[in-house]
Amino acid sequence: MTPFDIHSLRGRRIKDRIFTSMVWVLTFSCLAVVFIILFYLFKMGLGSLNWALFSQGPKPVGETGGGILNAIVGSLIVVVLATIIAIPIGISAGIYLAENRGRKLSDWVALAVDVLQGIPSIVIGVVIYIWIVKPTGKFSAYSGSIALAIMMLPPIIKNTEETLILIPTTLKEASLALGASYFRTTMKILLPAGIGGIFSGCIIGVARIAGEVAPLLFTAFGNPELIFDPRKPVDTIPKVIFTYASSPYDDWHRIAWGGSLILVLFIILLNTIIKIFESRWKVQF
Amino acid sequence: MKSRWRVLENKIFVKWLSIIAIVTMILLLIFFITLLVSSWPAIKANGFGILWRKTWDPVHNNYGMLPFLVGTLITSFLALLISAPFSIAAALFLGEYYPKGAIPNIFRNVIELLAAIPSVVYGFWGLYTLAPLVSKLELKMNLPAPGVGIFTASIVLSIMLIPYSVSLIRQVISMTPVSLKEAAYALGSTRAEVITKVIIPSNISGISAGFLLSLGRALGETMAITILIGNSPEMPHNIFSPSYTMASVIANEFTEAVGDVYLSTLIEVGLLLFVVTTIINLIGRIIIKKVSY
Repeated sequence: MTPFDIHSLRGRRIKDRIFTSMVWVLTFSCLAVVFIILFYLFKMGLGSLNWALFSQGPKPVGETGGGILNAIVGSLIVVVLATIIAIPIGISAGIYLAENRGRKLSDWVALAVDVLQGIPSIVIGVVIYIWIVKPTGKFSAYSGSIALAIMMLPPIIKNTEETLILIPTTLKEASLALGASYFRTTMKILLPAGIGGIFSGCIIGVARIAGEVAPLLFTAFGNPELIFDPRKPVDTIPKVIFTYASSPYDDWHRIAWGGSLILVLFIILLNTIIKIFESRWKVQF
Repeated sequence: MKSRWRVLENKIFVKWLSIIAIVTMILLLIFFITLLVSSWPAIKANGFGILWRKTWDPVHNNYGMLPFLVGTLITSFLALLISAPFSIAAALFLGEYYPKGAIPNIFRNVIELLAAIPSVVYGFWGLYTLAPLVSKLELKMNLPAPGVGIFTASIVLSIMLIPYSVSLIRQVISMTPVSLKEAAYALGSTRAEVITKVIIPSNISGISAGFLLSLGRALGETMAITILIGNSPEMPHNIFSPSYTMASVIANEFTEAVGDVYLSTLIEVGLLLFVVTTIINLIGRIIIKKVSY
């Protein structure tokens, strides 16, 4: 038997070593890619962080300087409004799924939520355009919020459901036995007991939409002015990155790097909050 | 009086929950009907020929989306192909080799960071770092060297798919029954043999479902690709050619679409994208659900 016969014990061991090292190499290249991207983002972004970026609107084409204040405000309006719309609906659907497990209808609802998660965000933008922008005849921040709210629903629903089914039924039965209605029991016992998981679901939702542009292209559209009115079109940070990234101006690229870094740091912060919540506040009985 | 109100509020609450659940369930159907109604003028005007006509000429109301279909499919499959070895390796690393412990946990969080980066930032990063490299490569191969095109878009897309497919495949792999693995070890198998002959074959449907769901995500990915694909409505000649995808044609042309048929045709492209991704997600989710029990 030659040493390289793969059926010999030695050959099989070598094959095993090669396989294991391939797994290591490929896994570490995934990690390396993360660091390369983050390194580049910090390198380009840190240089362009200055006070003007946060305090000024865009300058006309050709002038250097300016900032993304209008987009920061616009992003806040759109995301906060989307969260306000999505939270009550998402939590309600989550409660329904947790309370009606095993029913045919809730299986279908759960499947629909899973599929909804995979629908391309641009398609949701088109649908909201048809529903709201076309009939009202103008782009608006709130139409963008509705599109984003739909994208937030799946994580909120799933997290609410998964948290509520972990709460022991004895807790619920104790409340019902004391004469509390189903509504009161849900509001005063179930939701407070599961607040950690539900809250982290909401943050996952915000993290999912904070960097989205595709559904906003034909809803919130964009606006170089500083606007506080959700009925008007607004700029958002990711939209500004998109516009500036495809422009030929170096100064616009600089601002886009600054915007990218702010956005990524914000989403990483949200992810960190989620991790802390998941480790500390996880429902434990 | 108070107790009557409580009975009423309880009734309203239960009704509200059911209504929300039903609305969530039929939301996809409402989407489908909305898109179908709005694209009906285009479907009537373009006929089925839109699927295999090669020219996209909105000025003369001549629409063919074959270049977008081809561009979308090549970009997505190439991205899936590039990311597959990395995804499987990382999923094995985290699901089989080191399922527990502090350092694997850090690794998992680092890979999940890839999901935290927005699509548009990926596009911007790719345009700055990857496109010049690809451009150099193209010069060496005596091709036109714009740097942007299917290849650049696929590489960036493959990075974006990694966190998604890793988490799906890791879940599937970690559910392999221990007895199955131990039986193989008891017969004298090495770890590589256990993985290639037991773990992967016994989970093949779950792993395929993971890739299928990643494919669904790749097909609908918009912003990064819009920045990197070169936006050219021509049939691609090779994998370096600038091209166009269904999602990016909507992103670029929707707000500029003049004329009802043009807008309606773009909605038709959206309808096709919606139907395809819905079917892919349905199949993928049903397989994953079956595998999980």
